[in-house]
Amino acid sequence: MSTSVLSLKVRTANSGVTAFMELKGSSMSSAATTDRRIGILDAFMRKVQFRGDALIAVLHKAQELFGFLDRPILKHVARTLKLPASRVYGVATFYHLFRLKPQGEHTCEVCLGTACFVKGAQELVDAVEQTAEIHVGETTPDGKLSLVVSRCIGTCSIAPLVVMDEQIVGPISAEMLSTRVQEWMSEHR
Amino acid sequence: MNIADLHTIREAERNRCKPFTIRCCTSSGCRASGALEVFAELQKQVQESGLTDRVDVVGVGCPGLCSEGPLVESTHPAAIYPRVKSEQAREIVRISLNEPCQLEQLDPGHPFLTGQLKIVRARAGIIDPERLESYIAADGYVGLQQALQQSPETIVETITVSGLRGRGGAGYPTGLKWATVAKMPRGQKYVICNGDEGDPGAFMDRAVMEDAAHQVLEGMAIAAYAVGANQGVIYVRAEYPLAIERLQLAITQATRAGLLGTGILGSGFNFTIEIRIGAGAFVCGEETALIASVEGLRGMPRPRPPYPAERGLWDCPTLINNVETLATIPAILRNGAEWFAAIGTEKSKGTKIFSIAGKIQNSGLVEVPMGTTLRQVVEVLGGGVPGGKALKAVQTGGPSGGCIPAELLDTPIDYESLSAIGSIMGSGGMIVMDESDQMPEIARFFMEFCADESCGKCVPCRVGTVQLHRLLTRIIERKASQDDLDQLIQLCHLVRDTSLCGLGQSAPNPVLSTLRYFASEYEALLQPPEFPGHTRRKAPIPLTVI
Repeated sequence: MSTSVLSLKVRTANSGVTAFMELKGSSMSSAATTDRRIGILDAFMRKVQFRGDALIAVLHKAQELFGFLDRPILKHVARTLKLPASRVYGVATFYHLFRLKPQGEHTCEVCLGTACFVKGAQELVDAVEQTAEIHVGETTPDGKLSLVVSRCIGTCSIAPLVVMDEQIVGPISAEMLSTRVQEWMSEHR
Repeated sequence: MNIADLHTIREAERNRCKPFTIRCCTSSGCRASGALEVFAELQKQVQESGLTDRVDVVGVGCPGLCSEGPLVESTHPAAIYPRVKSEQAREIVRISLNEPCQLEQLDPGHPFLTGQLKIVRARAGIIDPERLESYIAADGYVGLQQALQQSPETIVETITVSGLRGRGGAGYPTGLKWATVAKMPRGQKYVICNGDEGDPGAFMDRAVMEDAAHQVLEGMAIAAYAVGANQGVIYVRAEYPLAIERLQLAITQATRAGLLGTGILGSGFNFTIEIRIGAGAFVCGEETALIASVEGLRGMPRPRPPYPAERGLWDCPTLINNVETLATIPAILRNGAEWFAAIGTEKSKGTKIFSIAGKIQNSGLVEVPMGTTLRQVVEVLGGGVPGGKALKAVQTGGPSGGCIPAELLDTPIDYESLSAIGSIMGSGGMIVMDESDQMPEIARFFMEFCADESCGKCVPCRVGTVQLHRLLTRIIERKASQDDLDQLIQLCHLVRDTSLCGLGQSAPNPVLSTLRYFASEYEALLQPPEFPGHTRRKAPIPLTVI
């Protein structure tokens, strides 16, 4: 991933003042795509009328667009919603679903709810950790795979289960999961 | 829309029925087993066989037996097909042409199907959750229509007489809560539906929101009319995308039909609902934390009083009820308070939905009258532990609850009986454990969860849960002595007595309840004291710790 320093024109829409902001984007490949995503985010904030109480929804939108929430994005949200940066950062770090680090191309989310736990979900976590040589919350150095755990996604009847790129798979054995993870890891871009 | 329009829609929808209906479950559980492919294939097969005027393929909510999904049901002849694959769709469609069918069917006398009393989930598995007309045809919005013809005070009285208690866990009388909010001076009030079902292993609220989103909206509208609110918020956890999608769709449909908005059903009552999505925080199930989260803040609880009924969302009087509680309301309005009060036990009225999972044959959702025994739910409806293993314990109430040993399975399920044996009703999650599960491990699992989910505001919870987790780890790793166990018990009491909110106060419950019933498992892991001469005050494990 190339690190590019982008100088962007961002309209802080409620005041109508045009502000310049520098975005150091590690995940941003070109100025055009970044600009478009910022535009979509700004449009979303306009839709919620720049209300501070919509912060969680705005952060969800930002994460959907950028994949994770880095500081320039959080600062941009704070400025546009006229909130202290500390509050935006505080909210982003409080909730488990917000990711502050870039995620891998694929995400393997192992459910560690009670039903999955008693059916051996820890073995699934161990299997992915061994196969991909990463720990929970980490991404492989080649950016292929992220391993995360979640606390019950509410389909306990098919425990133990994993969410592989938003697709729920269960019940799954440690061997089957290892195979799936290996398939992902050996994929060519 | 007025009452006559509602009636017209109901009649039109009922007359629209085709002679043969195939229902395919399209809720999250079956989707994960491939239900959407089956549903698409069923529709395709009906088209290809030219049966579109005879056969109706409907995507329905969860029929309950999730472990056998995807489930497909045909009406003539009445049969339920488990674990259907898309290749079998053709065979099911051909039944309408009286062709023989070799597919495996569920036994219609299966205790899981016959042993339930469905009030809240009466429509699940029958109506199409994505169509307003389908809900209206099943007597939907009749409760609201009847409510609007009565005074708000009468409705609060009805709910009080019905004896309904909060289904979120604490079991606070719903009528009393409504009366408190209704008594607040006129002005801005809110109704919040708590759909932040964070308990791992509980999924009944997800099912209710997915299968009968309109029923939740109807319950909210009745509640709002009764307490004098005009704005509602549904707070749903982000882990439930289908529930969010269906609620949003239901709100759009209801608003367009005039069942939400201004002048609802020709009355002077106005009510709007918006959805707020969580972002993964268990503590947001606590009402003051939930309000903070709706306001866009970190989900941290605050001391009560003032209770949300006095000062809640934006400091206005706020009624917060759980999804299942609100979804029960329309049925009470339709059938009357006495009808509801006749079901259940003296202090716990009505039915309760339980999600049974873990080491169990039939996993899924069951709705049974209060007072049904745990044994009935786990062994008869659930079919017991598979693989010939012995049942060891049933965990109820999630991280705030406790483990009930097999010998106490004859306990009736109601709020008081469960708390008397050291557990709680909770939101209704039941995890069955067999002889291979080690109770200290289970206790540590829940403590890890609580330590992870503690918001960090108060010290007993933030520090106490981490220390409890360390002590449990020491015990499991066989590094602990009797002194450590004594300290564990002491610290459990301290965390329970001094934490700010329910999360901390109930975090020691899994430890205390497993210590109460499975003390020998802990003792077997202990090491002899490091300095045998040194004797600390001996505190035997109290058996009435909770």
